Amino acid sequence: MAREFIKGNEAIVKAALLAGCRAFYGYPITPASEIAHAAAKYFPRLGRTFLQAESEIASIQMVYGASACGQRVMTASSSPGISLKQEGLSYLAGSELPCLVVDIMRGGPGLGNIAPEQSDYNQIVKGGGHGNYKNIVLSPNSAQEMCDLTMLAFELADKWRNPTVLLADGYIGQMMEPVDFPEAVLEVPEKPWALQGEAADADRLINSIYLVPEILEDHNRQLQRKYAKIEEEEVRYEEYLVEDAELVLVGYGIVSRILRSVVERARGEGRKVGLLRPITLFPFPKVRLRELAEGGTAQVFLVSEMSNGQMVDDVRLAVAERIPVEFYGRMGGCVPSVEEILEVVGETVRKHGATV
Amino acid sequence: MTSQSRGTDTAGTAGGTRVLEAHVTVVDPELCKGCGLCVAACPPGVLSLAPSFNSKGYHPARYSGAGCTGCGFCFYACPEPAAVTVYKKGAEVPAEGGI
Amino acid sequence: MAKKILRKPAGFYDVFERKPGDQLTTHYCPGCGHGNVHKLLAEAVVDLGIQDRTILVSPVGCSVFAFYYFKTGNIQVAHGRAPAVATGIKRALPHAVVVSYQGDGDLAAIGGNHILQSANRGEQITVLFINNAIYGMTGGQMAPTTVLGMRTTTTPYGRKVNNEGPPIRVVELLSSLDGPAYLERTALWDNKAIRRTRTAIRNALQCQIDGLGFSMVEILSPCPSGWKLNPDEAHEWMRENMAPVFPPGLKKDVRAEREPFFPEKRELTAEEIRAAVDLQIEEPTPYPSELVKPEYADPAIKLAGFGGQGVLSAGAILANAGMEQGFQTSWIPSYGPEMRGGTAHCFVHISRHAIGSPTVSNPDVLVAFNRPSLEKFEPELKPGGLLLYDSTIIDVTPKRTDIEVLAVPATGLADELGFSRMANTVMVGAYVAKTGILSREAIEQTLPLAIKRQNLVETNRKGLARGIEFVEGLES
Ligand SMILES: Cc1ncc(C[n+]2csc(CCOP(=O)(O)OP(=O)(O)O)c2C)c(N)n1
Ligand code: SF4
Ligand code: SF4
Ligand code: SF4
Repeated sequence: MAREFIKGNEAIVKAALLAGCRAFYGYPITPASEIAHAAAKYFPRLGRTFLQAESEIASIQMVYGASACGQRVMTASSSPGISLKQEGLSYLAGSELPCLVVDIMRGGPGLGNIAPEQSDYNQIVKGGGHGNYKNIVLSPNSAQEMCDLTMLAFELADKWRNPTVLLADGYIGQMMEPVDFPEAVLEVPEKPWALQGEAADADRLINSIYLVPEILEDHNRQLQRKYAKIEEEEVRYEEYLVEDAELVLVGYGIVSRILRSVVERARGEGRKVGLLRPITLFPFPKVRLRELAEGGTAQVFLVSEMSNGQMVDDVRLAVAERIPVEFYGRMGGCVPSVEEILEVVGETVRKHGATV
Repeated sequence: MTSQSRGTDTAGTAGGTRVLEAHVTVVDPELCKGCGLCVAACPPGVLSLAPSFNSKGYHPARYSGAGCTGCGFCFYACPEPAAVTVYKKGAEVPAEGGI
Repeated sequence: MAKKILRKPAGFYDVFERKPGDQLTTHYCPGCGHGNVHKLLAEAVVDLGIQDRTILVSPVGCSVFAFYYFKTGNIQVAHGRAPAVATGIKRALPHAVVVSYQGDGDLAAIGGNHILQSANRGEQITVLFINNAIYGMTGGQMAPTTVLGMRTTTTPYGRKVNNEGPPIRVVELLSSLDGPAYLERTALWDNKAIRRTRTAIRNALQCQIDGLGFSMVEILSPCPSGWKLNPDEAHEWMRENMAPVFPPGLKKDVRAEREPFFPEKRELTAEEIRAAVDLQIEEPTPYPSELVKPEYADPAIKLAGFGGQGVLSAGAILANAGMEQGFQTSWIPSYGPEMRGGTAHCFVHISRHAIGSPTVSNPDVLVAFNRPSLEKFEPELKPGGLLLYDSTIIDVTPKRTDIEVLAVPATGLADELGFSRMANTVMVGAYVAKTGILSREAIEQTLPLAIKRQNLVETNRKGLARGIEFVEGLES
């Protein structure tokens, strides 16, 4: 184990190299540029590719090319740049090409600002580009997870031949924490479908065009079956004191760290508050949320996001009005404080008459 | 002719070969789109569009049967991969059947 | 060309995987130039012996289905993006011969920047650029290469210089760049022109094979359907209308001056990879927690001052050393809306437990390096909390009485050591000595990790010692 006190943004790059990532194609944007800086430093040291592309549109297409050749490959950007990458993401999904896209979310819409927001949830989890596709979406809440989930992202991407997005925010990216980097480097699986610059390539085609409606529908059906399997097999979440919780907080990324402190403070005041943190945003832990709504002690969910309320829609779909789902959000780069949310917890309890 | 071997380099030569004594240009009427570019490209003017139609409704090009110089212009003028084949004098072709 | 038989080149698939009944012909209109270029390319990859390692990139346009035909690697890509995709492929597979096959809408309009940038990078790819002065696939709209006066479905009155501007001459444009090695414009309007096109395509591919850099052939090519002309007329029209605007010829050829470039391939062991990313395997030295004075355990610390006072690195030194001793730690700089007014601050947690929110509204410890920070953040400090401030430069005293206050003349002490900018490490020393939270050794050990300029590490070590001595002097 190698331990380092390191920024989340840099941990991503080291983890990617340990995961066998061969190329990084980027375009500068705050607050994701540190990832490109670290990549520019480390990738060439290993004889791997770092290239600053002419745009986010180009960088994701370079990723498309590299992935088509079987390489583990990545790009990183922040919200406005991710909007530009949506074209490429749709093509990657359509051609079933694995890759890692890191989104260090910032304030929007438009140029917004460079402060942390979580307002890319919809454009990343719900698609964003055209077509019936899904990204696998992982949401780290610590520097350690910037490492772990980066490595996992490459594995999931290859396992499912699907683009995977690490959805983080400027806060997690900027934060320094101890990270235990694994000792082993990852093996990259065989990819018999990938172009190799050899004779067998003539039997391989990387493609997303299917002119005949029935054939395109078949392709889409196959994609939907894949997404259904991903929902069965890859859901990841973390719970904190939910067993007896009457109010369950739900949040991801940096918000989940704040919510953890909220739980501690609330418990200190004798309130039965717990936390469910989705780690995978697609697949979403909807089964677990339903269980909590149905059978457990939970009487109300309180979802908090640094957005206008995007993930909360998925919570509501999962809970299907079995118990109330309340929302508290901040926008524009404002980060909710522990006290602020504690107060909302109090209001929520008053409103729903939970005994907590 | 099976569709696999039709007009391609992989046409078999089982059953022996013969050597051509004159240049011959062959147009596969079913693979021709009747664009006429080969006709315009042929210096001695030994290609023409047939008055008849192929199954796609095109007037296919055809070789008059004599006068080909083996220059190959028709081959490169033709946009279709397999419509035109130019056999030059001395080429080895299957002994049996047409070319 | 000593071939005895000219027939469908083996660079094509025997059977094209398209509509049943049409598996030996292309989907192109009669007389379309795409077909001619396909044939020349299919023949060239065989003759040059590169068929097995050729990868054809086909973007959107009438040639979107080029992958039906070429018995090579094939990849279908988004409109205009082929040079970017080709870049990713070539960097991944330097031995491959990567061909980007693009129309004029694709290359010169939506993909304009991609072609410019990949040419400028000298990307080792070959571009075949079909200039037919129109968007064929989508129904005969204007292309960047549509000539003035030409009627298209989106210039029904003819292209006008004051509305659409004049046509773009792509190879001339690219020839002003230093990146490309080989740029030529050819045409398909007669036998001689086709022969030249054949040679140019081969030159361009050979350029890539030899590792000499970016190569491109712009080919003036008929689109009889888009132009509403029969194939013969289309050739005539090209010569009359396109030749004057797009004169064929070799526009750039610096192959002879180029050094071949073939990137070396490196396979590293796990150990080499770890070393290259600066990861050393080390176990932390757990810190005997009984040394921490209980009232100071698990602090949430806010350090604040002017930018340039080393506030952020003081925080990083503490958090780094905390990690070294087996604590959970976090460090986060002021960020977002807090970043106004020239003050910088950061939060540090050093805890025996998992850390929730990395920021806190009411810290346990405030380390104030300037007066605005003291005044602004003193009220936030938790009752019973600890306040350290630089009494050399802060000319007011804290107001609260429900907290513990330690005035440290940090800048003064640093100045005595000859380096006033070291006030931050003096402060770190004072804090550590006061609370027992970390061992001096751990901090000394991690200094080099937190301090960017390595020549300052020794000086900072002295500052640290001075801070510790200062507090020990107070306590004894
Ligand atoms: C993003 C996007 N915009 C528009 C289109 C529609 N489209 C398909 S092909 C094409 C133009 C192709 O023209 P050109 O590149 O000149 O090739 P040609 O068809 O003439 O060979 C357009 C606009 C598309 N597929 N994708
Ligand atoms: S090879 Fe030359 S002479 Fe013979 S048919 Fe073709 S173009 Fe005419
Ligand atoms: S050029 Fe080819 S497609 Fe056109 S008429 Fe001649 S053989 Fe037929
Ligand atoms: S529309 Fe034009 S470019 Fe497209 S296939 Fe027809 S002739 Fe060729």
